[in-house]
Amino acid sequence: MSAPLVHLSRCYSFSASHRLYTDHLSFEKNEAIFGKCANPNGHGHNYGLAVTVAGPVDDATGYVIPLEELDDTVRRYVLDAYDHRFLNVDVEDYFDLVPTGENIAKRVWERLSVPLGDKLRKVVVDETRNNSFEYPVK
Amino acid sequence: MGGVTISRRFDFSSSHRYYREEWSEEENTRVFGLCALPNGHGHNYTLEVAVAGDPDAETGMVINLVDLKSAVNGVLEQFDHKHLNLDTPYFSDRIPTTENLATVLWELIAEALGRVPLHRIRLYETDDLFVEYYGEAA
Repeated sequence: MSAPLVHLSRCYSFSASHRLYTDHLSFEKNEAIFGKCANPNGHGHNYGLAVTVAGPVDDATGYVIPLEELDDTVRRYVLDAYDHRFLNVDVEDYFDLVPTGENIAKRVWERLSVPLGDKLRKVVVDETRNNSFEYPVK
Repeated sequence: MGGVTISRRFDFSSSHRYYREEWSEEENTRVFGLCALPNGHGHNYTLEVAVAGDPDAETGMVINLVDLKSAVNGVLEQFDHKHLNLDTPYFSDRIPTTENLATVLWELIAEALGRVPLHRIRLYETDDLFVEYYGEAA
């Protein structure tokens, strides 16, 4: 029998500010759509980030992925760039994209899919404990 | 009516050590880090067991929770307050990682449940690390 397919999820956090605003719309229209989140100077969240990888369990180590490798990857590709930053201004992902929870989930997926490849299965971004964004939808 | 998944949470506490006898001390430490320390260490594990099916027309249940609790608690007796490497027979030839423990628990719980189809087990080693197994092969 081939190795069991196991999903492993690891939870991280980062703190960042953002502003929901697009230059493609008028100030009034931005305020109508984004409300308080369009405030010019932005605001912040403690984001939760859960990353799920899946793959065969290695015979020798019993790992789907060495945890240190996953932690290093998420830190290098996402947390170092996002943590304690103003996403709109400091992170190129959002220079022309509104940093909503939806877009953050997609951009984090894109960043992690480079090093993790087919192993990457799911990204969950918690903006607050009430708002959660999963990508992709299965 | 479509199928429904019911999930029940269980807690158990165990110790373990990650170590391969055929590897050198240095190789074990390189791969397993602190988890290779000679005397082992422990976790409070949380296990979520999900079964799926159509609710019974008479009882409205997918499975009687009393039966689910009895089956899973019977399995967990072998693991709770035990050293996984030394006190259970399942890790003589594999490392008691969360991944491997999940597949072992799947086999034992599926057997204990008999005809009731096990859907998923989710095993938390800590709050920020968990694995999921659906009985699939890679």
